[in-house]
Amino acid sequence: MIKKVTLSILYLQIFTSKSIGAESGGMPQLDPEYWISQIFWLVITFGLLFVILSKLILPGISKNLENRKSQIVENIETADKQRSESDKLNKEYEKVILESRIKAKNILKEAKKRLIEDIDKKRDILENEIDKELKSAEKEIKSLIDKSPAKINQIAIETSSDLLKQLIGAEVNKSNISAIVEDLSRKRNGQIS
Amino acid sequence: MYQFNVYRIGPEIKIGEIDLSFTNASLFMVISTLSILLIFNLGSKKNSLIPNKIQLLAELSYSFVSKMISDTAGTKAKPYFSFIFSLFMFVLFCNMLGMIPYSFTVTSHIIVTFVLAAFIFIGVTIIGFIKYGFSYLKLFVPSGVPMVLLPLIVVIEIISYLSRPISLSVRLFANMMAGHTMMKVFGGFVVSLGIVGGWLPLGFSVALTGLEILVAFLQAYVFAILTCIYLNDALNLHH
Repeated sequence: MIKKVTLSILYLQIFTSKSIGAESGGMPQLDPEYWISQIFWLVITFGLLFVILSKLILPGISKNLENRKSQIVENIETADKQRSESDKLNKEYEKVILESRIKAKNILKEAKKRLIEDIDKKRDILENEIDKELKSAEKEIKSLIDKSPAKINQIAIETSSDLLKQLIGAEVNKSNISAIVEDLSRKRNGQIS
Repeated sequence: MYQFNVYRIGPEIKIGEIDLSFTNASLFMVISTLSILLIFNLGSKKNSLIPNKIQLLAELSYSFVSKMISDTAGTKAKPYFSFIFSLFMFVLFCNMLGMIPYSFTVTSHIIVTFVLAAFIFIGVTIIGFIKYGFSYLKLFVPSGVPMVLLPLIVVIEIISYLSRPISLSVRLFANMMAGHTMMKVFGGFVVSLGIVGGWLPLGFSVALTGLEILVAFLQAYVFAILTCIYLNDALNLHH
């Protein structure tokens, strides 16, 4: 729409410019007077622009862009590497913690075990000693018990012989008395056992 | 049409019968070239990881043109990047400098745009023949066309191919000239209608200036992208 209006105005201007125009006849663009000069200067300026841009300036810009890209990529790579490293360290740390925890548990267990063993050992020793003492005491008691009937018999014999001497004033044969006592004690022992 | 006049600046330079004098057109070509070189030189000098404004401008232009080429002509067109970049920047700067009042628009002259277009046309044709030899002529024979229509289609294809430089050059030239003429016409209305009625055309003039800046960019873009499309035809023969 705008283009149409523009073009119609343009044509109006072109076709009426001769009558309106106090300036020059027709379009200056179609006047070939300076065509060669324009071409000449166009080739020079555009050629110069192209050569300088392509040889000096554009490589610099492209290098800058590439540098930035590679720098960004490098930074991302470094960040990734550091992250993986920190992950690894974290894992290691956790492993160490876990290990030390297990170790601590083991130490505790061992200490408990050793303590129990120690206690057991001491108890064993103590029990042994107690056993030994008990045994010696029993032995003593037994020996005492073993010895006592003989002694009692003797005392009984002596006492009975003394008693008989005092009572009847007669000397009784000791062997007789002892036979009786032994008989008696055997009877009593039989009753006890 | 005074604004399109070409006149000599400085001494007359003549080689034989040929007049190579420095004109206002030459002056604006030189100004465009120098401003492009200045801006991009400043933009490529420093290499900071975080670009400053001018470096950002240069790098954005670089990636813009680079993306345009790879989108339309593929990776094979990479060797022609410098040329298309120079072309785009030259046309863009000539168009934009033309928007400054009392300046001269280089691209509003058919001879300039035609030389550029003809150079592109000849270059692309040569590239096509170097790359594909005579089978480049298959470009004029689209596949899947019935035999009856083939002669007609080939003629049409050849005409459309040959008219490429004309359409390319006239498009840019006509757009630039029409815009400037419109501005001139509305400017004339402002003067002739005076302080009473001149406000409306003045508003139009302001709006047109905005539109023309858009057109100046767009036409440079179109010029460059059509070059890429022609290059694509020569580099990637589809038939």
